[in-house]
Amino acid sequence: MDKGRRRALKVLGGTLGAGAFAAALAPLRAWSKSLSVEQFLQKHYKELSPSELAATMRRHEREAKAKYGRDVHIEDVRPMEGVQFGYALNLSVCIGCRKCAEACHHENNHDRKTNNSYIRVLEMEQGTFDLEKGDATYDHPVPAPGKYYLPVQCQQCDNPPCVKVCPVQATWKERDGIVVVDYDWCIGCRYCEAACPYHARRFNWEAPEIPADELNTEQAYLSNRVRPQGVMEKCTFCLHRTRKGLLPACLEACPTGARVFGNLADPESEIRRVLANKRVFVLKEDLGTKPRFFYFFDT
Amino acid sequence: MATTSTPAPDPVLSYPRFIARMLRLAFSGAPRFFAAMSVLTAVALVGLNGWAHQLADGMIRTNMTDHVSWGLYIANFTFGVGLAAGAVMMVIPAYLYDDEDMHDVVLIGELLAVSAIVVCTLFVVVDMGRPDRLWHIVPGVGRMNWPVSMLTWDVIVLNGYLALNLHITGYLVYMKYLGKKPDKRLYLPFVFLSIAWAISIHSVTAFLYSGLGGRPFWNSALLAPRFIVSAFITGPAFVILLLMALRSFAPYYRIGRRPIDTLASVLRVTILVNLFMFGSELFTELYTGSAHGASARYLFLGLHGKHALVPWIWTAVALNVTSAVLVHLPQSRTKRRVLNAACVCAFGGVWIEKGMGLIVPGFIPSTLHEVVEYTPSLTEWKVSVGIWAFGLMILAIALKITLPVLSGRLAHNTRSPASLPPPGER
Repeated sequence: MDKGRRRALKVLGGTLGAGAFAAALAPLRAWSKSLSVEQFLQKHYKELSPSELAATMRRHEREAKAKYGRDVHIEDVRPMEGVQFGYALNLSVCIGCRKCAEACHHENNHDRKTNNSYIRVLEMEQGTFDLEKGDATYDHPVPAPGKYYLPVQCQQCDNPPCVKVCPVQATWKERDGIVVVDYDWCIGCRYCEAACPYHARRFNWEAPEIPADELNTEQAYLSNRVRPQGVMEKCTFCLHRTRKGLLPACLEACPTGARVFGNLADPESEIRRVLANKRVFVLKEDLGTKPRFFYFFDT
Repeated sequence: MATTSTPAPDPVLSYPRFIARMLRLAFSGAPRFFAAMSVLTAVALVGLNGWAHQLADGMIRTNMTDHVSWGLYIANFTFGVGLAAGAVMMVIPAYLYDDEDMHDVVLIGELLAVSAIVVCTLFVVVDMGRPDRLWHIVPGVGRMNWPVSMLTWDVIVLNGYLALNLHITGYLVYMKYLGKKPDKRLYLPFVFLSIAWAISIHSVTAFLYSGLGGRPFWNSALLAPRFIVSAFITGPAFVILLLMALRSFAPYYRIGRRPIDTLASVLRVTILVNLFMFGSELFTELYTGSAHGASARYLFLGLHGKHALVPWIWTAVALNVTSAVLVHLPQSRTKRRVLNAACVCAFGGVWIEKGMGLIVPGFIPSTLHEVVEYTPSLTEWKVSVGIWAFGLMILAIALKITLPVLSGRLAHNTRSPASLPPPGER
């Protein structure tokens, strides 16, 4: 009798346990719907054959069509021969209007809710270069008296700490100097975000939300295509534009002409003229990251 | 090879039966055992549910941000690695200093190591935005960024440590079950390897942080030594409390006073060394007055009117100092309660100091010197408590099945020891 009761209790306990286990995992049903076998087995960008990459991009286009009802065009834009990208920013003329950050927000299909952007503009106090005295959340007409402005985005370091720490090689430096992320390979550990000294990396804490009519449908696999939930992203110098000879969206939006973008390998380029003739510096040079983003004062 | 007078069964053929008996033992026991397991299961399931929500909705369910991008999970991971490494403190006296009495607790230490490794692995998994892509880090299948990324080193050493401890405990327990004398060649090299390996798991975990030039709070050569010393606080402190608890849970498993005395002596040293290192780090950060000390100022004093961590860290300081005082009182040698209190304080103090007190200020101020604060969300607490409950469950079951074997109550030829279910029952 006692044995029988014991067994009955065990069966009851086991059933209850299994039921509780299933209930605990119930929210995963929604999650698993967003996963496909293709997506699960997808290879690293560098391991995809041209036809596999094409098939992957078409799949992403189909998914975008289903989600936004728009015809999205995703391309694999490769680096150009003999091009080494560099960026310079004239702190004397930047007025802190954040037009660059806004242009980035739209160009790169950023989440609307968080107003995300790859550019963060610090309002700095005249007479100091101490970042601790800077403020990135200012909300008043600019330029404010006694202030200057320091926009910071990915510095596309030649010795990038973020690339070094990634455990799965989901981020790397391309031939033309741009550091990219394979959004379909990143595991979301955020070690790169901890390693970056410039607050240049962003994580998709949830799936980004963009109104269908605001979607930028001209996309590249390694840059502005809509990112999945749970992966890292970062500024790519708008490689979907710049590798086709266009300028980055942030530069085109700048009303003061503070931004200079170009090919460091071309001695006749404007960026080379800036580097040769202005008093140029980089952020946190002591860390040995060798940025490709330069700042200068004109006056 | 060992020779025994009694005929021992074939070690290969009787292994399935050994596993089956162990499994049966894991799911049977006194009502008290069932009650404890049910509570732990319930808590673990709450955590599992929290994680399931987090997977579905995204990491937005946590309170982490792009400014403070690691929080309670990675804090617990760091602490858990320390607990696993500290468990080897049972092994060092036994094998390096030939302390015979410590042999009794070596296996307990190793089982603690196994459970702690499981705990910290889970903390990494729940911190991942895409756990479905975990296979990307598997060598050969994925693209492991070894040897450049410290995280890949951590994956290797943690899994290696788990394998080492599983082998040593599994082998020794099985031999005891068979009534055979264990072959030293099959476990002793691994025991010595596990000692060096324990140091490596926690050093590599420290290098994970100290190797980042952009985070001055972590970028200190003292971090790895501090990690090791505080590991040698949490390991012994936990085992002392465990041994005290076993007196009531497994009264048949007799352990003398000596192992506890030895572990208390270890604590008397490591608690003080830890306080000293903590102090010298603090002095360097604060006295210099450079911008590098901003995180330490935030942690201890608050910065720009923000001081979410100040109560945490002063609690840790109070607990650490209290444990240092208690463990040096003469009563700590005679009164169990004094030593127990010291262990609880030391354990809690290090949990804060090496967890939230280390990880979060690394991000505050941010690399652009913004002060954005962080307090864990309810989901983070649920998941964290759930993982610890799961770890305790593993430890309890591991002890439940190994202690009867170690104490000689269960062997291949025993049929029904008093508290064990009769083997015939199906």
